[in-house]
Amino acid sequence: RTKTQNFCRNEYNLTGLCNRSSCPLANSQYATIREEKGRCYLYMKTIERAPFPRRLWERVLLNKNYEKALEQIDENLIYWPRFIRHKCKQRFTKITQYLIRIRKLTLKRQRKLVPLRRKIERREKRREEKALIAAQLDNAIEKELLERLKQDTYGDIYNFPIHAFDKALQQQEAESESESEVEKEEEEDEDTDKREFVEAESDESDLSDFE
Amino acid sequence: PAPERVLFPPTFSVSEIKNKQRRHFMFLRWKQQQRKEKLAAKKKRRKEREALGDKAPPKAIPKTIENQRVYDETTVDPNDEEVAFDEATDEFAPYFNRQTVPKILITTSDRPRGRTVRFCEQLSTVIPNSHVYYRRGLALKRIIPQCIARDFTDLIVINEDRKIPNGLVLSHLPDGPTAHFRMSSVRLRKEIKRKGKEPTEHVPEVILNNFTTRLGHSIGRMFASLFPHDPQFIGRQVATFHNQRDYIFFRFHRYIFKSEKKVGIQELGPRFTLKLRSLQKGTFDSKFGEYEWIHKRREMDTSRRKFHL
Repeated sequence: RTKTQNFCRNEYNLTGLCNRSSCPLANSQYATIREEKGRCYLYMKTIERAPFPRRLWERVLLNKNYEKALEQIDENLIYWPRFIRHKCKQRFTKITQYLIRIRKLTLKRQRKLVPLRRKIERREKRREEKALIAAQLDNAIEKELLERLKQDTYGDIYNFPIHAFDKALQQQEAESESESEVEKEEEEDEDTDKREFVEAESDESDLSDFE
Repeated sequence: PAPERVLFPPTFSVSEIKNKQRRHFMFLRWKQQQRKEKLAAKKKRRKEREALGDKAPPKAIPKTIENQRVYDETTVDPNDEEVAFDEATDEFAPYFNRQTVPKILITTSDRPRGRTVRFCEQLSTVIPNSHVYYRRGLALKRIIPQCIARDFTDLIVINEDRKIPNGLVLSHLPDGPTAHFRMSSVRLRKEIKRKGKEPTEHVPEVILNNFTTRLGHSIGRMFASLFPHDPQFIGRQVATFHNQRDYIFFRFHRYIFKSEKKVGIQELGPRFTLKLRSLQKGTFDSKFGEYEWIHKRREMDTSRRKFHL
């Protein structure tokens, strides 16, 4: 219901609104266009057949050609009121247009609507969260990277001593430590020599001052 | 209130008290009691273990879903010859023999909204040698031959629903398999809490974790074929596809080795999770395609410990 007009529920209605002039029940001489399975029919109702409800609506199949169908409507509805003729043609035009559009659309890709199921969505979301926690992604990535480093996939870019060389390094370090101990002792000897030398100089300078 | 002085074990249970406050109080007391007992039992067990020393029974391993996973007969053994032979002759062989360089086309469904567009852009920076083209109502069946003619190796279509991306179709082009995923939990770069810069143009490394079954193996190879085969280690970037319980998590990090045993990673780049819905043999074809695997909810989701990837 709009503010000013009602819609008519009768399926034989011509305009779709509930008026005195477009009600199939109120008028004893009436005509409509209806389409079934892509073909259009002109339905007519006359006063002579009013007592025979089964034969009330007379049906005429309209031509597929638009213009010829319009001529058919005209010749069937000759001498009928202008209003009904006009509205019939309008309705026929609209119907053909939407049939054309349907045919065009079915050729293009059509969007398939797949309904989401709420319970399943919720379940999957929860499972995903748990999987994320179980995955421990950061640790896994770090482990994998370290593995690759160990297996030398990076070549010589990184200068970290790897395990295989570690022991050799340790040996080297041990040797260098013992060497450094020896060196340290030598350095101490040198220091003591140096000290003696320095002290001697200072003694001489003292003596010179006295003189 | 008075009756709380009654201690356990009488024959009443906590749930028989009608007064809610009192019942609640009794329940808390009962809970505390349980916790104390549990702690005492734990301590006792630990003492026993220490007392036994070397003869103690081995520590019980907690059961996880990964431990209890139903054994899948299609699990790939690394030394399996049949699998190796298959891999040498399937559609990814030219990639793995370094004959082809991947070139990727990223597109969306009709009328992408802002988030999807940004996601596409970020994805194209992550995957080297990829191009984003908008789809203005073009049929997929028609653009596929065009792509093949222009030498693209892979096609990614991101499907959108209510302004967020929620599906991904990945198809290897010269007549390769097509995988359809459901995408969830998409985070754009600005939503990730980190302070990294954007990914550079270097070719990242690829990590594929946990793809055990045959199906998982083929999907893993599909992912691997997106990236060029020679990663540039100067870039220090790594893209990870981690499969856990049939969910594939994608992350993009920059790593740096702080020492021999320590590595630091910083997340940059978008992240998303995928769940495989179907795998088709040929290129994308919804009506006539030959499906290699479809996720059938009734049959496949019956057990909590059964996974397919």
